[in-house]
Amino acid sequence: MASGQQWVLVEMVQAFYEAPAYHLILEGILILWIIRLLFSKTYKLHETYRLTEKEKEDLIEEWQPEPLVPPVSKDHPSLSYDVVTGPPSHNIIINGKECINFASFNFLGLLDNERVKQKALASLKKYGVGTCGPRGFYGTFDVHLELESRLANFMKTEEAIIYSYGFATIASAIPAYSKRGDIIFVDEAACFSIQKGLQASRSFIKYFKHNDMEDLERLLKEQELEDHKNPRKARVTRKFIVVEGLYINTADICPLPELLKLKYKYKVRIFLEESMSFGVLGEHGRGVTEHFGVNIDDIDLISANMENAVASIGGFCCGRSFVIDHQRLSGQGYCFSASLPPMLAAAAIEALNIMEEDPDIFTVLREKCKRVYTALQGTPGLKLVGVQFAPALHLQLERSSGSRDSDTQLLRTIVEYCMERGVALTLARYLEKEERFLPSPSIRVVVTIEQTDQDIQKAVSCIQEAASAILK
Amino acid sequence: MTESPATKLVNGDECPRVKNGLKAERNGLEKSLHRCHERQPKHHCHPEEEEVHAASHGGLYSRPFIESFEETPMLVAVFTYMSYGILTIFGYLRDFLRHWKIERCNIAREKEEQKDFVPLYQDFENFYNRNIYMRIRDSWNRPLCSVPGAKMDLLEQVTYDYNWTFHYTGRVMQDVINLGSYNYLGFADNTGPCADSAAEATMKYGVGVASTRQEIGNLDRHEEMEKLVAKFLGVESAMTFGMGFATNSMNIPALSGKGCLILSDELNHASLVLGARLSGSTIRVFKHNNMQSLEKLLREAIIHGQPRTHRPWKKILIVVEGIYSMEGSVVRLPEVIALKKRYRAYLYLDEAHSIGALGPRGRGVVDYFGLDPCDVDVMMGTFTKSFGAAGGYIAGKRELIEYLRSHSHSAVYATSMSPPVMEQIITSMKCIMGEDGTTVGCERVQQLAKNTVYFRKRLREMGFIIYGNEGSPVVPMMLYMPAKIGAFAREMLKRNIGVVGVGFPATPIIESRARFCISAAHTKDVLDTALSVISEVGDLLQLKYSRRKIQPSLARPFDDDVYEDIDD
Repeated sequence: MASGQQWVLVEMVQAFYEAPAYHLILEGILILWIIRLLFSKTYKLHETYRLTEKEKEDLIEEWQPEPLVPPVSKDHPSLSYDVVTGPPSHNIIINGKECINFASFNFLGLLDNERVKQKALASLKKYGVGTCGPRGFYGTFDVHLELESRLANFMKTEEAIIYSYGFATIASAIPAYSKRGDIIFVDEAACFSIQKGLQASRSFIKYFKHNDMEDLERLLKEQELEDHKNPRKARVTRKFIVVEGLYINTADICPLPELLKLKYKYKVRIFLEESMSFGVLGEHGRGVTEHFGVNIDDIDLISANMENAVASIGGFCCGRSFVIDHQRLSGQGYCFSASLPPMLAAAAIEALNIMEEDPDIFTVLREKCKRVYTALQGTPGLKLVGVQFAPALHLQLERSSGSRDSDTQLLRTIVEYCMERGVALTLARYLEKEERFLPSPSIRVVVTIEQTDQDIQKAVSCIQEAASAILK
Repeated sequence: MTESPATKLVNGDECPRVKNGLKAERNGLEKSLHRCHERQPKHHCHPEEEEVHAASHGGLYSRPFIESFEETPMLVAVFTYMSYGILTIFGYLRDFLRHWKIERCNIAREKEEQKDFVPLYQDFENFYNRNIYMRIRDSWNRPLCSVPGAKMDLLEQVTYDYNWTFHYTGRVMQDVINLGSYNYLGFADNTGPCADSAAEATMKYGVGVASTRQEIGNLDRHEEMEKLVAKFLGVESAMTFGMGFATNSMNIPALSGKGCLILSDELNHASLVLGARLSGSTIRVFKHNNMQSLEKLLREAIIHGQPRTHRPWKKILIVVEGIYSMEGSVVRLPEVIALKKRYRAYLYLDEAHSIGALGPRGRGVVDYFGLDPCDVDVMMGTFTKSFGAAGGYIAGKRELIEYLRSHSHSAVYATSMSPPVMEQIITSMKCIMGEDGTTVGCERVQQLAKNTVYFRKRLREMGFIIYGNEGSPVVPMMLYMPAKIGAFAREMLKRNIGVVGVGFPATPIIESRARFCISAAHTKDVLDTALSVISEVGDLLQLKYSRRKIQPSLARPFDDDVYEDIDD
């Protein structure tokens, strides 16, 4: 065999010598051609329209960008804000007019609580204001650790993690777990910070109709079928349901027990946003889980801010250590942001103390909510949206005038009418172009425990007067 | 300017360039070959290249721009890779042992009922954390129990399970020198005018606001603070937000959208990256501080338009930072502005670290280069660092701020800034501006510049590899090997100095480093103590990698002449 091959080689060399010159030249050219083909790029995209320098310069000269921001018309309603002078507490001075506050989310009235202030002050005297660093780089203070363990204890979970901004809490928590390729099932009424979290996660988002468990189950079933078709992919596709406890946009409650059934049936994890329900619902203010008597361990992650009932700044997530601890390296708003000023954490701790010492405040709050809810029923031309134990209700127009702008204008007139008469209300504000499902325009009515019966009476009659005067 | 940039460069005290295969053209200082030669000079800085001309920096730079990134010594790079190799092998070994329950595993476990769910984490995600980060985890998250000032008190922590859990002994390590906090101007303080005004605000307003700016959380003090910020920066208008991170991530989407192009520096902060991503714009990344790369992208973007449709871009937004907190580099702002003007792009400048910390008047990087703040379209910054507070701002033309007031995500959905925090900002800012009737603020700005130059110079003389701009109070010192992060931080802490170590993924894999943040609150004694300890630990851990010969005689001395030109 080997000698045979050698013979062929010898023959080839011999043929090479014997071949005529034109043949060799031709073959040489062919070989060069092949080499050129091998080393040239397969295709050149830009070659088809290669521009001269002059043309390029012209293009650059000609290009005119849009302005950085479109001009805002001078009468844009959100251009000039209402100005609050003095503390934004129960009695609030708006644009120089003293009003009773029915608009701040200060449900438990802890904003101007003397004890909270004193604790914040003591903390300020010890630590100063800022932390000058993210948690990892000397931005962790003993107060932060204390607040985290207090929150975990309060919620009866294994671990809690605090963020320095309420909005950033759920918006950072969602993308810490859900990545590209994962699937998130979300209620249509989900608040804006959830929407931003979903967007940052780059996962597949499937919206189900607000509080419609059948619709959710339909989506879950669809997904199950999909999973059967492609089990390899299904094994690595995480699935989440993201809901709010009390929805800020609709003031109603999520059907948690049904959600839990679906969770175990379809093996989906549940993330719960409780900014409106933490410190409000449940006998001890633990939120929706306590309200429904659900085991909190069944919820994978609970997130809430400390800017409403707690009346400080920041937010927290709590749940099992297995879940929560992951955020300490993956929660962007946690890792890359300066930590919460210690005095604000100290204020939150004192607020928790008050909530733990006197759980009756939650009963009081619920009673007030019920009173406002009943009193506002049957306001002419206005429809009350929400459940009776929700502390932040919405008043919408019963009959829309057809355009969103004129609806908003009508509601704004009502707000202004009430403000004139010493009742501070506010329109619920949305970024109309950014919201995934834009809620109808509404007036927000916030109940706090500081509102007396007379206050409520005054507010309700004021709203009714305004409604009958303006809506006719 | 007493000394021309060229003479400084020829002096050879700073001839930064990397000709290293490991990280080629980091920011192409001398590679800035611009197409419009008459406007964009070349920057040659190799000592052997003698034709460095002062005129080349000409109209653009009003001060020498001296930045250095000494190349990684080859041997160190090899050993660093080897150390990662060994760590990985041991990681696999230990994972194997854990899997067979030979080694006790301390990781929190999934709930029994949910074992059949799709796993929440992918295993390889956690390999690094479990096997590398866990070994040196004690160097981070150390809890403070005092003001994060020039010296701080740390809670003593111990671990009985190799860093899986920490226990606090209750003892306090007192007066640890703080080289970790971003307290550039020393306004993190529990006494003095700032703390007093914050205390007053606490008693008057409480700590929360419980509503958003657009609804009912717009205090008169918020408006006042915004006017002050605008005045401080020398622009028409400003708006403030409750969190620095969110200032970026919630406002870039309001400025840019589909059909717009964002050109982002490769080392931009996570918040800028997130904001850009949330905006839905196309994002292209240019090499760190590399003007050639930026110009190339700008030209291509304008010439070719949007991908596939070739429609022209609606607008192009260049996003850069003032000081890059991991590199200690300062943005080449004069060149960026020249490019931005030539190509009609918009400029978003994040001054998180530079505001207060740079410039003769503490007005940030714009002030540092003596430029006009109106040339920057969007000025962004935070109050966390130099002002010792929290939150962030965006400033610029009136139209910009009016638009943000109605369209910023933060104004509509996020709770407004806490009153005591706000008061801290107002008081500290007035102090820097000299509006409090003292020169304290001005002195602090100068002290910081002085400390920075001194500290950087001394470290270099000791033979450490120091990255970044000579004016940057963020001083990264290269450690390279991952194990040295832990060793360095522990040895330093043993000697009562708190430092921050940074490793992968915040830096490239072989470029682990320690990062010092200089403060105006550091006295010369404190810095000298710190320096001698760093030198001692540097010898112990063999960190003096630099192969540059520094002749102290040629290096500019630490005297007051240097600061005269800072004041002008």
